[in-house]
Amino acid sequence: MFGFGILSGLIFLPLVGAAFILALRGDDEPTRNNARWAALVTTVIVFILSLVAWSRFEPGNPGFQLVEQKDWLGSAVLYKLGVDGISMPFVLLTTFLMPFCILASWQSIATRVREYMICFLVLETLMIGVFCALDLVLFYLFFEGGLIPMFLIIGIWGGKRRIYASFKFFLYTLLGSLLMLLAIMAMYGVAGTTDITVLLQTKFGASMQKWLWLAFFASFAVKMPMWPVHTWLPDAHVEAPTAGSVILAGILLKMGGYGFLRFSIPMFPDASQYFAPLVFTLSIIAIVYTSLVALVQDDMKKLIAYSSVAHMGFVTMGIFAMNQQGVQGAVFQMVSHGLVSGALFLCVGVVYDRMHTREIAAYGGLARRMPLFAVALMVFTMANVGLPGTSGFVGEFLTLIGAFNANSWVALFATTGVILSAAYALYLYRRVIFGVLDKPNLMNIKDLSAREIVLLAPLLVLTIYYGVQPGPILDACAASVTLLVKNLDAALAITKTAAVALH
Amino acid sequence: MPPISFALAHTLPELILAVGALVLLMLGAFRAGRTDWIISELAIGLLGVALITLFFPLQGVAIVWDGAFIDDAFARFMKALALIGALVSILLSREYMAREKIDQFEFPVLIVLATLGMLMLISAQSLIALYLGLELMSLALYVVAAFHRDNIRASEAGLKYFVLGALSSGMLLYGCSLIYGFAGTVSFTGIAEALRGDVSIGVVFGLVFVLAGLAFKMSLAPFHMWTPDVYEGAPTPVTAFFASAPKMAAVAIMLRIIITAFPGITTQWQQIIVFVSILSMAIGSFAAIGQTNLKRLMAYSSIGHMGFAMVGLVAGTELGVRGVLIYMAIYLAMTLGTFAAILSMRVGDRYVETIDDLKGLGRNNGWMAFFLAMMMFSLAGIPPLAGFFAKWYVFLAAIQGGFYWLSVIGVLMSVVSTFYYLRIVKVIYFDEPAAAFSPVNREVTGVLVLSSLAILLFWVYPSPIVNAASAAAKSLF
Repeated sequence: MFGFGILSGLIFLPLVGAAFILALRGDDEPTRNNARWAALVTTVIVFILSLVAWSRFEPGNPGFQLVEQKDWLGSAVLYKLGVDGISMPFVLLTTFLMPFCILASWQSIATRVREYMICFLVLETLMIGVFCALDLVLFYLFFEGGLIPMFLIIGIWGGKRRIYASFKFFLYTLLGSLLMLLAIMAMYGVAGTTDITVLLQTKFGASMQKWLWLAFFASFAVKMPMWPVHTWLPDAHVEAPTAGSVILAGILLKMGGYGFLRFSIPMFPDASQYFAPLVFTLSIIAIVYTSLVALVQDDMKKLIAYSSVAHMGFVTMGIFAMNQQGVQGAVFQMVSHGLVSGALFLCVGVVYDRMHTREIAAYGGLARRMPLFAVALMVFTMANVGLPGTSGFVGEFLTLIGAFNANSWVALFATTGVILSAAYALYLYRRVIFGVLDKPNLMNIKDLSAREIVLLAPLLVLTIYYGVQPGPILDACAASVTLLVKNLDAALAITKTAAVALH
Repeated sequence: MPPISFALAHTLPELILAVGALVLLMLGAFRAGRTDWIISELAIGLLGVALITLFFPLQGVAIVWDGAFIDDAFARFMKALALIGALVSILLSREYMAREKIDQFEFPVLIVLATLGMLMLISAQSLIALYLGLELMSLALYVVAAFHRDNIRASEAGLKYFVLGALSSGMLLYGCSLIYGFAGTVSFTGIAEALRGDVSIGVVFGLVFVLAGLAFKMSLAPFHMWTPDVYEGAPTPVTAFFASAPKMAAVAIMLRIIITAFPGITTQWQQIIVFVSILSMAIGSFAAIGQTNLKRLMAYSSIGHMGFAMVGLVAGTELGVRGVLIYMAIYLAMTLGTFAAILSMRVGDRYVETIDDLKGLGRNNGWMAFFLAMMMFSLAGIPPLAGFFAKWYVFLAAIQGGFYWLSVIGVLMSVVSTFYYLRIVKVIYFDEPAAAFSPVNREVTGVLVLSSLAILLFWVYPSPIVNAASAAAKSLF
């Protein structure tokens, strides 16, 4: 339509929904319900549309597909969209999680519902845009623009320390991103364009690669987040409303990993190899240290937030193993973590809506009053641990294989993280679900409502399905990852021969 | 020698304003005592007509009046910005001036005269023309700064501005005479000719003084001291005017004199610009953190923004000039929009201007809150708002010119400045509501809505501004 393709449709459809909600008048209960329904319908339509895009996507083709292109800022900075095997799963993950976020906020958000729904729809536009953009400036626009709605979501509908958390989130991420912006300008200077497909073919000089790599790393490491710049995440998670946490853990964190795969590795191969030991070290610290920190948390959301940092450690480790298993494992781990951590935050939201506390000590013995909830939480906890048969296992296993091939010591240390994750996750489960039900205010707690079952069941099914049948995700990204690894090896080989020839 | 009609055609906007201002003055004097809106309306009409004449298709570059006056695409671009700034300032002034009982007819006349000075300044092609334009602009500005003469703060602002302004004019003149003494000419192109090869230290002294004088008008640190006091003390529509139109003129002449007169001593002026740019960004970012008055905060914000704009000039390339031009266009929209929002802050009959007065605006007045919040995000340079593109173009030029450290310092300062813009968003949306504002008139709302739409939707169709700025930058080289 008007020369725009299906990806533009995916990106701008949520804005149409937002405009509709904006047009609603009044702040009475029917208006709020209209806003909720409008947001839900929009996100569901976007999800269906993304399935249509998925059906047009050929998994065997490693290149960019569904490409559309228009001039934007002159002819050098383009409005160019397209997806490949690495970005397609994330587009689907985004559109899939959004309806759950709207549903999760159905009752827990009672004030300023219109603004809330608008924020989420705008955020969806920006998130889909990040994964579809094939122009660096366009990518940056979506990447950074997402800060505005997320800042408002945490700040307006967040918990007690929401202002501190929202400022920290915003400023931390902004600082990293601005350094990346300078790197983008420098790349524009070399290549004369910010078209990603052209930049993928451009060879940057060795020392320039290192600076550019560091600038991109500053942005993605904060977003990921990697130790030691992860400290904004626990604060943001704890203070954000449930749906905000789901989006934060499910999608926003994945932008860092996606950025490494899309830019750092293919565009700066020599620098990536040079800095790989640094990333490995930081990943191992993240896995071991944050797992230990998670053990001593007494706030449920904070515990899951730290576990997210640990799991992202596996992702960075897999990516920088720079081989087929590692990278595919990283993609799988990101998708799986998006489902599992999202579901865990939804579970916390379920009990938080009832008791209005996230203190682990305030719970105990929920198994007696909430058997359905106990089952759901068990499955997601096991997936978080990485139990075989759940989706968490596949990703961790593949990244560990990849890391083992690259450097067996890295794999050795990282594996201890699997044990530690079992420790903190099971410890959490025991304290919340088992034990004696002796807290007086828990005596009348109700089990999952129909809405909450609708909310958790699909995630539960997918977690187990991808655990036993990881094919769909792995096949989708296989061709693109193969191409990525092949190009990478070729680039590294050229540098090597050049170095040999020099001596 | 081109025919006189040629010269007149190229100075049409200036002629319209000059004749118009005198007619308005007479009209106002003959209608003495009657305070109504008619003189302002006529002044708006004058500025509008002058703006329209800028779009007349005249060929290329014209240098008229014995080489003192130049009419090129660059001049037209900046004149359009200055005229828009002046026009909107008068629009914004109506209700405020009436409520504060200072709605005398002299105000629009002075604005028109100041604007005339700006247009001459923008088109100046020699040191004499520069000084004439600058003084015409400044003298009118001194008076409007103290326009609320019964108000102690406004008189203080006017006096302070006058004393410091006179000092800077003195420095500028001193610099001009040094340059004239060493180059033997006052024409910019002549100076460029004379400065080929080795330059004497005297010229560099002259350069320093001239740039200091201009930096004062642009409120670049370390010549920014007057800005917070004048911004806070002057009546708000006057502050809006100060923040918009004169800045455009001062930036324009800064670009023109550096690019056309001093291409031979690039390293010398680059050092100065790098220094004032970094200092302005730092002062604009750190000093604003502690402010509680919105107008004062905007003063520091404008100091910072001038520093950012100068990042583009440092490279001294066509790309850099284009960046500065785009920056100024976007900055104009952001400033006018923000001041329209400040002028909407009225509780009962009293205008308020502290940040705390904005508390809970998100619930009291959703649209105004949204627009003001978007202004703040745009001033902070967050995409997809226009402020991001402004920063993109200037930093792009600096990076491609090899000024990496300047760029890194610039973005670090930009993060610091984001903190105080976010604080305003926080007050608007996160805090519990304070007293609601009274309804405002159409003009102010219109300015707020239009400028907000401009910055919100810039990314959809950026090419008109970008292309015009490219053409303007090209004509300077």
